[in-house]
Amino acid sequence: MSVIEVSELRKSYGGRAVVDGVSFSVQEGEIFGILGPNGAGKTTTVECVEGLRVPDAGRIRVTGLDPVADHERVARVLGAQLQQSELQAKLTVREALELYASFYPRPANWRPLAERLGLTDKLATRFGKLSGGQKQRLFIALALVGDPRVVVLDELTTGLDPRARRDTWQLIEDVRAAGVTVLLVTHFMEEAQRLCDRIAVIDKGRIAALDTPEGLIRRSAGATVISFTPSAPLDEHDLNALPEVASVAYKDGRVTLSGTDATVNAVITLLARHHVTAHQLRVSDATLDDAFLDLTEAAA
Amino acid sequence: MSTPVLDSAVLRTEIRLFGREPGAIFWILLFPTLLLVILGSIPSFRQSDDSLGGLRLVDTYVPVAVLLGLILGGLQGMPQVLTGYRERGILRRMSTTPVRPLTLLTAHMVVFAGAALASAVLALLVGRLAFGVRLPEQPFGYAAALLLAVLVALALGSVISAVSRTTKIAGAVGSAVLFPMMFCAGLWVPVQAMPHVLARIVGYTPFGAAAQALNQAVGGHWPGWTHLGVLALWSVLLTAGAARWFRWE
Repeated sequence: MSVIEVSELRKSYGGRAVVDGVSFSVQEGEIFGILGPNGAGKTTTVECVEGLRVPDAGRIRVTGLDPVADHERVARVLGAQLQQSELQAKLTVREALELYASFYPRPANWRPLAERLGLTDKLATRFGKLSGGQKQRLFIALALVGDPRVVVLDELTTGLDPRARRDTWQLIEDVRAAGVTVLLVTHFMEEAQRLCDRIAVIDKGRIAALDTPEGLIRRSAGATVISFTPSAPLDEHDLNALPEVASVAYKDGRVTLSGTDATVNAVITLLARHHVTAHQLRVSDATLDDAFLDLTEAAA
Repeated sequence: MSTPVLDSAVLRTEIRLFGREPGAIFWILLFPTLLLVILGSIPSFRQSDDSLGGLRLVDTYVPVAVLLGLILGGLQGMPQVLTGYRERGILRRMSTTPVRPLTLLTAHMVVFAGAALASAVLALLVGRLAFGVRLPEQPFGYAAALLLAVLVALALGSVISAVSRTTKIAGAVGSAVLFPMMFCAGLWVPVQAMPHVLARIVGYTPFGAAAQALNQAVGGHWPGWTHLGVLALWSVLLTAGAARWFRWE
């Protein structure tokens, strides 16, 4: 069952199309990522899902409801962490959690939530005195305090230290394990690769690719990178003729190739045939980073 | 929508937050009465004056003190808080919850109105106890005029907040309006001592009308419908302007 459905979403500001025909649907219990360069329309897209913005065209359904027309009913089941927002400077962490919990019909218990987010010893601290990372963790807690069916997280771990980031990822995985559907905006590849079941890469207001993280990497050219220093010179023509090779660089006696698993096997065969030894042989999988750059460049 | 415009948890939070603002507490709640005490301590202010129809200056300053908390809070305190709530994304964050962000604005307005009324009562009591200023002889008329003055202050503050994009602009606009409004309420020259023409003109401003209505109620008369009408008209116009110009983002 799809919990979030977006079809042909369009939104312009001052005649400039920020979101230009975006469609995707998110299944119950899925972690769905939206990845894209700055200004690609990621935040506008999720703000339409949250009902904060009214689309110019297209259809959005969250648990079958229109987030604008049925705003209150959607808000009861949707928890949001916004990219930029604040609270009253003199409100304490405890008061914020209690206040936001009171907004929902069946809120979660905020104490374990605060504990998991490392806020327990900050409960009496005023919002204005919190560090950036602490504010971020409080907003994650507020997104979850209503015990939502859907959470929309915009830049989940921005401003968090590596430890807090990993704890937060674990928390999101646990939230999903409890059946919650997660829509995650990020420009942090490691986060997308670790958390997301599927990712939509958005570029210039359109979806450039939509696949699993592995699928995105596989489909990008040069998914595997092979580099070595041959014991004797190789003919560059032979290298270019290797199967499924995407690029060849031969510089200062070191060869760097990108291709697929088939390319790796062919390189080994080639070396054996010429009785050449490969020194410092490295084979590495391309990362989501590479795939992302490849996809967003291709669209440019 | 069916959701209420006032949420009890939001209201409790705003009351608590008001208690953490020493500046607001001083200017809205205490300063007007403090000013009354200072003026009342000057011997000449306690001598009856024929040009004031036998009243003492301190008598004429009680209504001014009653209105001062309203004016300071309504023009300087409230608009900056409301504008800040919008500017810093607090309203936006609330927009994603089932409770409407309007409840935050109304809660703050209720807290401000409560503080302004408490300030008015304090000024009346201190005036009575410390300086023997008579309490309003037409209390219902007095209450009606005071409530309308609170409404007008809320509406004026809302308009300032609506037209000001940032807290800084709200502060500047508030200050620009503050001095004329304090003048009209009689802070420099009580309305009873103003030349006739000036008093007439001032009577068409929100707080000038409020001051004259309060004075009539002190003397035992029901406030003139002109004054109450001026207050009501300003409230309606300013509220309509605020509703029209207010932006949630």
